[in-house]
Amino acid sequence: MNLRLISALALVLAAPAAAQQSLPTPQPTEQVPEEGLSGAVSDDSDWQDLGIAIPAFATDADVPTQTSAGSTAALGMSLARVINDDLKNNGLFKPVGPDALPRPAFGEVQAPAYDTWAGRSAEMLVQGYVRAAAGGQVTVGCYLYDVALKQQLAKAGWTVAPGDWRRAAHKCADMVYSRLSGESPFFDSRIAYIAETGPKDRRMKRLAIMDSDGANHRYLTTGQTTVLTPRYSPDYRSILYLSYFNGSPRIYIYDLESNTQRLLLQSSNAVFAPRWSPDGKWVLYSMAIAGNTDIYKMPAGGGAAVRLTDSPGIDIGGSFSPDGTRIVFESDRGGSQQVYVMNADGSDQRRITFFGGRSATPEWSPRGDQIAFTHIAGNFRIAVMTPEGREMRYLTDSWQDEAPTWAPNGRIIQFFRTTRGSGKAGIWQVDLTGRNERKLATPVDGSDPAWGPLRP
Amino acid sequence: MTSPRTIRTAILLLASSAALAACASKAPKQLPPDPGANVSTNTAQEPVQGNTITPGSQADFVAQMMGQDTIYFDTDRYNIDSADMTALQAQAQWLAQYPGKRATVEGHADERGTREYNLALGERRANAAKNYLVSVGIDAARLSTVSYGKERPVALGSDEASWAKNRRAVTITID
Repeated sequence: MNLRLISALALVLAAPAAAQQSLPTPQPTEQVPEEGLSGAVSDDSDWQDLGIAIPAFATDADVPTQTSAGSTAALGMSLARVINDDLKNNGLFKPVGPDALPRPAFGEVQAPAYDTWAGRSAEMLVQGYVRAAAGGQVTVGCYLYDVALKQQLAKAGWTVAPGDWRRAAHKCADMVYSRLSGESPFFDSRIAYIAETGPKDRRMKRLAIMDSDGANHRYLTTGQTTVLTPRYSPDYRSILYLSYFNGSPRIYIYDLESNTQRLLLQSSNAVFAPRWSPDGKWVLYSMAIAGNTDIYKMPAGGGAAVRLTDSPGIDIGGSFSPDGTRIVFESDRGGSQQVYVMNADGSDQRRITFFGGRSATPEWSPRGDQIAFTHIAGNFRIAVMTPEGREMRYLTDSWQDEAPTWAPNGRIIQFFRTTRGSGKAGIWQVDLTGRNERKLATPVDGSDPAWGPLRP
Repeated sequence: MTSPRTIRTAILLLASSAALAACASKAPKQLPPDPGANVSTNTAQEPVQGNTITPGSQADFVAQMMGQDTIYFDTDRYNIDSADMTALQAQAQWLAQYPGKRATVEGHADERGTREYNLALGERRANAAKNYLVSVGIDAARLSTVSYGKERPVALGSDEASWAKNRRAVTITID
């Protein structure tokens, strides 16, 4: 993706005109209200105080579009709002959005009125334009300026299908975030999770998906069958998940293009805890035979499975290192749930957590430098450590937080938090500083979040 | 545990075992999205004539067991203690009396565990109960297991008394 972003930057508009990059046609989605995510931010570190002005994107001609946002002028306002929300809600910056700012003219997009913005105490300025393109598509240009230096820092443009207009905003937010923080982008990504409703002893659980900001929310199952633990495939084409469809827990693969699903493997045993390899070619699963659970690996397209663990304890889950050579997993072979690592062929299994209490649900960061997990000692808390099991740090402290999942850039973690008593669960996220914690606004309760990679 | 709920579960399990049996030899290539084979809104009819419970039915099993259709476990444990043995022996006697009956043992965990580990723990508990029933003479082919992890609590509080009730293995005979 870095390469693609760079090429997008290289190709960028001499004049706000041509399309650089086409995004794939969107899947059918049901729109939820504009807001997406919400939550308070409290942080005081330096670059997070950076004042960024994000006025409405300009247009050369206010014409109708097929987007849900309306005409090109209305779309220009909505794009700036989405970018503002991305940067603000994640506690990354202190942006000021288009509703509180004057609207630049089309001609100003590449020639900012620096003095005006300096007078408004903006250190950074994000400007852009939107134009109707052929075939109902829209072209969006995105520019980042340093107001004090009076200098352009980055620019990019995309031509998108009408249903994908928010992706252009997320890509613009990603460009700004990457350029200013030095980190990899992550906004243009999606999340699969389990939507929950109903009383504690009869919770209805549905497979659902949404954009990283909560928009484009869609239910994939009706809730008649209990489903759990989804995992997006690295190419976003399918989702592995557990279903009690036939009365017993089994793993299914949901194909998002055809909206069909199939059993991963036929077995008379319980099969659960599905995971993808980073290249999407392998699936890890856990299977209980006569009460003993072990971890297996099989080709995603079907074929012979390889058993990776054979301890008499519960070996379960698993998360590949980004290079695919190692797997971190959970085992109680030593008497309690602890985190172990092994090579991808099952060799060299060793325990890495020695923190007291129990350690569960390990997930390897996409950057490779950290492993997130659930630490259980009284409360259930989200923590991170190095792949060697050192420098353990808590990121959350609540009654029951579990099942971390990483943002594509390895800087933010989502998990689910269960409320004592009611058992109601919600999806939360926290960054690696542990300071920017907030609840995601989902239509109903949520659990088992699984963050996909940056969209292709 | 109330009997309508148990019956519902039994019917549901019956439906699902039938579905499993039907496709045991040949896996379906495609499943339509979530057809909901095991809808929990079944209004099952108890096999009751008037006020008489049919001998050999699940209702009869529940009535005869007087709570011993369920055994309980300590946190993270799955061993069968002496109280469990007494209960399982009572279950075995009933099953011996009706040799044509099959049963499913459901394994459960309390909410104070991570989701997937609890699924594995429920498997362990269900199998511990099943293994004991086999050890006292019940044909293993008559017994199946299923784990619900922490997904189906019977006690709804977030306290030790509730958790103790939820760490359980429940035997349900199939009508």
